[in-house]
Amino acid sequence: MDRRSIILGAGVAASLLALLPKAARATPQAAADLLGKLVKGTPQPGRIRLLAPDIADNGAAVPLTVAVESPMTDADHVTAIHVVADGNPSPGVISVRLGPHNGKAEVSLRIRLAASEKVIAVAEMKDGSLWIASRDVAVTVGGCGAN
Amino acid sequence: MAQDIQPRIRIPSQIRMGEVIEVKTLVTHEMESGQRRDSNGALVPRRIINRLTCSYNGRPVFEAALEPAVSANPYIAFFLRATESGTLDFAWTDDDGTVYRAKQSIKVG
Repeated sequence: MDRRSIILGAGVAASLLALLPKAARATPQAAADLLGKLVKGTPQPGRIRLLAPDIADNGAAVPLTVAVESPMTDADHVTAIHVVADGNPSPGVISVRLGPHNGKAEVSLRIRLAASEKVIAVAEMKDGSLWIASRDVAVTVGGCGAN
Repeated sequence: MAQDIQPRIRIPSQIRMGEVIEVKTLVTHEMESGQRRDSNGALVPRRIINRLTCSYNGRPVFEAALEPAVSANPYIAFFLRATESGTLDFAWTDDDGTVYRAKQSIKVG
């Protein structure tokens, strides 16, 4: 084995090692794939406000509010909101079904974030249109109890 | 475990006809994610509340499908247009099939 192949081999091994911890995490691709299964079509940006802290001390319980701009009438209302996170072991967070009887398209909950990652929400409207918004949340201590 | 499950519901005490109110729900549950390892290094099996439903005088008004990324003691709040007095029925479904139920009377003035 000459010097070049040793260096090359070490480089390959190092990059494989770097990939390993990520294998257990959802990726932006996994999050996008899941959204592709949850909704049919391409969401456009807008109409959703995602409220969450910029920096969460405790990833085990990060407060999150998803509010969608909608009159919530029989003719024009939000039918579903889906939330995914792109850095958790699996990307799904919650899906809720809503209707005009809700009066206001807003849901609050506390979620787990394994690391600093992006939280993404998609809203489905009665007319079939899809809206998307995302927010980066920095996490000091991860909340998935992987260790 | 089941006897530790404690559902809590909160709605405003005074509600006007047609008012949009916030309904706050919480159920005590560890939401075991299935990612955690015990002291022997074995994966602790997943056990979460995977579904929450609410009906208002028998009509479904809210439904949520929860994943392990929802925090322990899942707190979920949503809105509801108060159109009549009556009862809100809540049901949380555990991975093991158990359904925990709670009722909240609603008085619209």
